[in-house]
Amino acid sequence: MEASIITLAGALIMGLGAIGAAVGVGILGSKFLEGAARQPELIPMLRTQFFIMMGLVDAVPMIGVGIGFYILFAL
Amino acid sequence: MAGDTLSKSEYISHHLTNLTFGKLPAGYERVSEGHSHVLEQAQWTLAHSAQEAADMGFMAVHLDTMGWSIALGMLFCFSFAWVARSATAGVPTGFQNFVEMIIAFIDDNVKSIFNHNNPWVAPLGLTIFVWIFLQNTMDLVPVDWIPELAKLFGVHYMRVVPTTDVNATAGMAIGVFILILYYSIKQKGVGGFAAELAFQPLPKWALPFNLFLELVGLIAKPISLALRLFGNMYAGEMVFIIISLLPFYLQWTLSVPWAIFHILIITLQAFIFSILTVVYLAMAYDHH
Repeated sequence: MEASIITLAGALIMGLGAIGAAVGVGILGSKFLEGAARQPELIPMLRTQFFIMMGLVDAVPMIGVGIGFYILFAL
Repeated sequence: MAGDTLSKSEYISHHLTNLTFGKLPAGYERVSEGHSHVLEQAQWTLAHSAQEAADMGFMAVHLDTMGWSIALGMLFCFSFAWVARSATAGVPTGFQNFVEMIIAFIDDNVKSIFNHNNPWVAPLGLTIFVWIFLQNTMDLVPVDWIPELAKLFGVHYMRVVPTTDVNATAGMAIGVFILILYYSIKQKGVGGFAAELAFQPLPKWALPFNLFLELVGLIAKPISLALRLFGNMYAGEMVFIIISLLPFYLQWTLSVPWAIFHILIITLQAFIFSILTVVYLAMAYDHH
């Protein structure tokens, strides 16, 4: 019983964390492509900003994956 | 590869325990290899288990984190200083080329973000970037190599990635936080800084609310810096440790793709830490 609840908790942490970040990075990527198509000369600057934002957004599900793995395997 | 005698969760916990040096109180019961003895007086010693490390409390030092981060910092300083001393004006070759590329990259980014006169910000950004990058790169060393090597020399716990220890990332973030406070007060004076905290988003009648909002925003900066880097590297290390539970002939199928993806993450997180530092310092310089 307890083991299955922990498994569910790990699945929820990873899954729900991934949903939000996936939507966020998806919007970010579409806007980046849009901007790059409108003004190709800005691509280097946009790419830097894109990666900064992606790193910020990406951190949350990554931390979720770490905590999820911890409670799944080590706890 | 999983040890023969350790269970899976013991193996993982073992990899997540730091080599801790601290003070055990008098009367503490140490259990080692089945038999226990009680300490007659307080003793500074190495922890033999995760429980002992936890019982050492706040004044304990993680020797592995300290050692690896200082060693990597010295590697960065000495190699870059060596390149700077032997730099030639002609076409750069090899390592000099690489170093110039990193410095130019950081310099461009700092110039586009930080528009004030302070010669220390770009070197700070460079130091943070390269240092964190080197610390994160230790993640790509297979998880068992260095701990097993350390075991041969009688050291039982060894975590080689300093940034997977929240103490290291929080230490760096607190350093940045002190710089933010220092430059805020230097640029605006104590009164100006306090006014910025108290009178900002809303007019003066909402002072407590403003103060609360701005203080939370201020404290959130170092905390988010520290936890973002720590969380990413901890998660990455965790995945590598889980992968190393597989039989050794299967490990490459997962660890190679994850390592390749991880090259992106370690660079990105080092870059984000240094860029956010520069952004925060630029905000400390700006007058509102």
